[in-house]
Amino acid sequence: MKGMTIIVKKVTQLMTGIIFIYGVYIIIHGHLTPGGGFGGGAIVAGAFYLLILAYGSDYLSMTRKKEGSAVSESLAILAFLIFATFGLFIGLKSFFLNYLGKGTAGELISGGIIPLYNLFIGIEVAAALISIFFAFLIFKEEIKQ
Amino acid sequence: MEILLGIILVLMIAGSIYTLHAGDLLSAVISYGIVGFGLVICFLLLEAPDLAIIQIVVETITLVIMIAVIIDSSRDELTKVLSRKTVIFTSFIIVVLAGFAVYFYLATRGMVPFGEHMMRMSQAYVESGSGPTGSTNLVTGVLLDYRAYDTLGEATILFTAAIGVITVMRMKGKTKTLEEI
Repeated sequence: MKGMTIIVKKVTQLMTGIIFIYGVYIIIHGHLTPGGGFGGGAIVAGAFYLLILAYGSDYLSMTRKKEGSAVSESLAILAFLIFATFGLFIGLKSFFLNYLGKGTAGELISGGIIPLYNLFIGIEVAAALISIFFAFLIFKEEIKQ
Repeated sequence: MEILLGIILVLMIAGSIYTLHAGDLLSAVISYGIVGFGLVICFLLLEAPDLAIIQIVVETITLVIMIAVIIDSSRDELTKVLSRKTVIFTSFIIVVLAGFAVYFYLATRGMVPFGEHMMRMSQAYVESGSGPTGSTNLVTGVLLDYRAYDTLGEATILFTAAIGVITVMRMKGKTKTLEEI
């Protein structure tokens, strides 16, 4: 896929960082404000979509990037499961137990294990959406050859 | 409130019917956006910002993917001829739908009014949710503490979808490794 004009590229340079930071904010503040892992992860993936569409697919060497996104997706869901399994050995001994300290409600570091779950879900959703998009793009490039 | 929701729902139904009968695939994809963004407005009216954020982002992303896929492929739809069989089939469907409408009216007459709790469990969550979970956002508290199994299932569905797309689309990578072996 070819890139777009210089206007689009410049606007993308200005906007992508802001969109990415907004997605990370939504993920990290998932237990305080509306949003969470799913919404924030989709916003982070949207920032990457914007980069790919504006700069074309040659700019980021895609096959290598796709490997990275697929691996990070698998690792994130594995970490989510491992953190859930720790609940089987601590305290009440139940799956998905909230075993960390709760803290004061309303602060950034509070809610026990919930922010960590949110983080891993966010990584998983972002990486999954990006690798789906990469798979479509690579398929298109290969069809043309 | 209910009248406003009804108007948006009618708009969404009209958009989806247009999507089915659009001649151009690009205009079909864009008119399908009416359904998703109408759903966003419904969520905002029903005071569900969590769902609204997810819905608006996912709707935009799917629109981008579909346009990126369509823009190089053929955009023309096959021309359909309205035969006698189609007319009979459509009228049969309309009769069945009318029967369903009567049934739904009879079934929903005795239900709880719109916007009130039906189950005791949800009331307990709303009243004392942020205490045991330690999360100020009640939706996240329910999703990742009370109902964490559901979230695990959703994440697994997305994981499986990504794996499936990669498996189906990456034909060339597979053959290359086979040749190398």
